[in-house]
Amino acid sequence: MQVYMDNNATTMTDPKVVEAMLPFFSERYGNPNSLHKFGTSTHLPLSKAIDQVYQGINAAEQDDIVFTSCATEANNWVLQSIWIDKMLNSDKNHIVTTEVEHPSILSTCKFLEDQGMKVTYLPVNEQGIVEAHTVRSFITDKTALVSIMWANNETGMIFPIQEIGEICKEKGVLFHSDGVQAVGKIPVDMQAVHIDFMSMSAHKFHGPKGVGALYIRDSQKLTPLFHGGEQMGGRRSGTLNVPGIIGMGKAMELATENIEATMALIRSKRDRLEDALLEMLDDVMVVGDRNNRTPNTILISVRGVEGEGMLWDLNNALIGASTGSACASEDLEANTVMLAIGADNELAHTGIRLSLSRFTTDEEVDYVIEAFTAAVKRLRAISSSYAKVGPSPGGEAQACDLLYHHENDVKVIH
Amino acid sequence: MAKDNLLGGSLWDAYSNKVTTLMNNPQHQGEITEEEAAAHGNKLIVADFGAESCGDAVRLYWEINPETDVIENAKFKSFGCGTAIASSDVMTELCLGKTVDEAVKITNIDVEKALRDDPDTPAVPPQKMHCSVMAYDVIKKAAGLYKGVDAESFEEDIIVCECARVSLSTLQEVIRLNDLKTVEEITDYTKAGGFCKSCIKPGGHEEREYYLVDILADTRRQMDEEKMAAAADAGAVGDFEHMTLVQQIKAIDAVIDESVRQFLVMDGGNMEVIDIKSSDEHIDVYIRYLGACNGCASSTTGTLYAIESTLKEKLSQKIRVLPI
Repeated sequence: MQVYMDNNATTMTDPKVVEAMLPFFSERYGNPNSLHKFGTSTHLPLSKAIDQVYQGINAAEQDDIVFTSCATEANNWVLQSIWIDKMLNSDKNHIVTTEVEHPSILSTCKFLEDQGMKVTYLPVNEQGIVEAHTVRSFITDKTALVSIMWANNETGMIFPIQEIGEICKEKGVLFHSDGVQAVGKIPVDMQAVHIDFMSMSAHKFHGPKGVGALYIRDSQKLTPLFHGGEQMGGRRSGTLNVPGIIGMGKAMELATENIEATMALIRSKRDRLEDALLEMLDDVMVVGDRNNRTPNTILISVRGVEGEGMLWDLNNALIGASTGSACASEDLEANTVMLAIGADNELAHTGIRLSLSRFTTDEEVDYVIEAFTAAVKRLRAISSSYAKVGPSPGGEAQACDLLYHHENDVKVIH
Repeated sequence: MAKDNLLGGSLWDAYSNKVTTLMNNPQHQGEITEEEAAAHGNKLIVADFGAESCGDAVRLYWEINPETDVIENAKFKSFGCGTAIASSDVMTELCLGKTVDEAVKITNIDVEKALRDDPDTPAVPPQKMHCSVMAYDVIKKAAGLYKGVDAESFEEDIIVCECARVSLSTLQEVIRLNDLKTVEEITDYTKAGGFCKSCIKPGGHEEREYYLVDILADTRRQMDEEKMAAAADAGAVGDFEHMTLVQQIKAIDAVIDESVRQFLVMDGGNMEVIDIKSSDEHIDVYIRYLGACNGCASSTTGTLYAIESTLKEKLSQKIRVLPI
């Protein structure tokens, strides 16, 4: 059996989505901007896809949802264009974000810092979330934008987006949320929260790769990132990715039409997996309250078992999972989320993320429980953390102090 | 960056089959107890290196014959990724049957080479070289415990890049000999800084005592100082072309005072040196005539020729004198 448990990285494209996309490759391949029938025959299915996406996140008529190539593009677009529109040639120079954002936010913020802007990277608490009052205390009269993710990719923890939105509204500050890990996983209702911009990505909810979108409240101004033709009302140039957009629409519909029921199904399997691992294994810990987590995610720390080693054994058992371990990254950089949680230094090296989907079966869960516990058993048998004979006098080694930030270490420079 | 680097995520594909095999089934994993060692009349040494909070850790067990100093049995335990476990395993194997003095000569490069499938292909990708360093460090620790000396005493030189085992003195020498100006050049010449990158500058994977950026800056500063000292010495022995600008001006003034100025003054004139500009071909000395020399007919012909030929003869053939 092979089991894919890395659905926060990407998901299988639902065969129903592929089916919806197929006619738009070699049959109805016209350019929607053309005046002839080849082009215009794509308009109806595109309108349907647009409707599906609006409906999926309950966007209002006056809002825009602009399709992009991915959420990284959407995130770059918001940050770079807010800088151009609201910060350059203005007395605003400050952005508030978190330490645990996706690299497309963090790297763009670093870029803006290089351009002279100030960025506050808020820490998360031991649950892995940013508290709304923390956000409030760091907004100043220089703040132009708050950018905080809806749910975290590593932990699945859901951030208090409603409260943060209210704070931003009250303070008159623009609010962007990276909704990549929330859309299609938990109910997202744009009319129930105050968010100016929200990024999303189709391949995280069983849509195709290469298509995402940016939600823009009230069609407000945002200088385009891509200049060129008049596509998407001039907001995002480039020939429309017709099959991609149609795939995203279908995927959105499938992910959101019965979201409560789908969530309950995934949650029951996730909880069974989590309970089994917690019960069968000693010295393991799961990050974050499961009631405030996306229903598909488990970030589990396994004492004495290094993350990449664990991933290796799972891979040998044909299970795809993920680790935030520094060793698994190409640059050996320690994982920012793990360090930011700061609950336990060892977590930075022993965290394994299992992320399920609506396609995960009970048999797969059983198989993962078996293979996971077997891998832990094998690796702990090798692990120095579980050795019985201790070092000779003087043979002990020093532990490492990993650097992570405490809330009161964060300073805003006005 | 080029075609081969466009796709990431191939970390495990770069492991040798030997790394894969030993990770899946380490041969020397286990422990040795005091009782087992005592039963053979041997001494047990157990040394730790690294810690779980550091990302990798290894515990090495040596059963040493006190008569011969031979490591008769060795085992390890390791917390780490695949390459850390495979490196620890092969390191333990390399220790077996060696005396402690022989074992302490095993380096991380020996460990990595022992993990290769063929001699010319690295066993692990560059950023994983770091894992073999831990295997080497724990040997020194164990040997230090057995001999009752500090583990550092086995190191003859200061190792700046542990992955490639490049010493401080080697780095300083290579920077000097090849006139290296960037860290990238140092990596090209020595491989230092090409693996886990910790030794390049502060803030990397682990904290280091020496960083390439500092060594480069210090060595270059020393080189500059030496160049200046050499120039000062050159002035003393009269090597005009290698003098500093100040020395050149002084040397020219000295020649003019000695051989030229008196004749100008006799005619009611004088001159001063304004500037010196050196190129590969010429050393241009800009002068200004004063008093009667100013506007004198021979100031651009005979007098100028006399000044120039005197300076050429006494200082350098490259000199041209240009009145302004």
